[in-house]
Amino acid sequence: MNRTGLLLRLELPSDPEILCVVRSAVMRLTEEMGFSPEECRGLTRAVDEALANIIRHAYDGRPDQPIEVLCRRLLNRTGSEQRAGLEIVLVDHGAAPDRKKLCGRSLDDVRPGGLGIHFIEDAVDVMQYTSHARENRLRLVKYLPNAKRETKVVKGD
Amino acid sequence: MQISTRRFDKTAILDISGDIDLAHSTEVRRLVLSEFREKKTPRVILNLNDVNYIDSSGVASLVEGLKASRDVGSRLILFGLSPIAHEVLQISRLLKMFEIYDTEDIALQA
Repeated sequence: MNRTGLLLRLELPSDPEILCVVRSAVMRLTEEMGFSPEECRGLTRAVDEALANIIRHAYDGRPDQPIEVLCRRLLNRTGSEQRAGLEIVLVDHGAAPDRKKLCGRSLDDVRPGGLGIHFIEDAVDVMQYTSHARENRLRLVKYLPNAKRETKVVKGD
Repeated sequence: MQISTRRFDKTAILDISGDIDLAHSTEVRRLVLSEFREKKTPRVILNLNDVNYIDSSGVASLVEGLKASRDVGSRLILFGLSPIAHEVLQISRLLKMFEIYDTEDIALQA
């Protein structure tokens, strides 16, 4: 995997009132990167839901705890293929989540709650969670649709 | 987010503007549940014309409101869903669970 440039780095408090600002930033960033309107909305929703989970569960609603959001442009090369996309990493230092709850629940069960993980999974291609030494990292990756199977063009004579 | 209430006979219309997200969904939940459980309003209509965003906590508030309406034999009706609000209910597979109309006039006639 080739990680390329950092596009956006945000340090924010775990305050729900700041979520609208992050949503605006992610929406604008994904638009600029060339994602479709539906994908932009999905990625914005995914980041918003992931941050809400950190605020509610990792920090138990405390509004003054640190969260970091890192957005990088990805360019993966495998042989003659290349895949461009966006990597978003959310870092917190709260309680590690229960891994059993990191799976979306069945949508056939109509009840409040438990939809956030489903929204995230619905919007991204990769969702990876790691926790080490009181640092939780959620990595989300979404590939650009036109680049999913983009073949490198080699000009000949 | 702002919420104001209009009342017509046995109907309460809640005009909501802004984002129904983690910061504000508890207020929506509180007002909707109050209409059903305390005021015993037979029909509650949510005007979502000016709602830009709904997150999973907002959806949960709507589901709780729907369940409360059914518990007391009342109705919860939505109208004016933005594409984003519509999309969220669609992803949640909840579109068919709610009474949803395009406009206030149609919602009032339903």
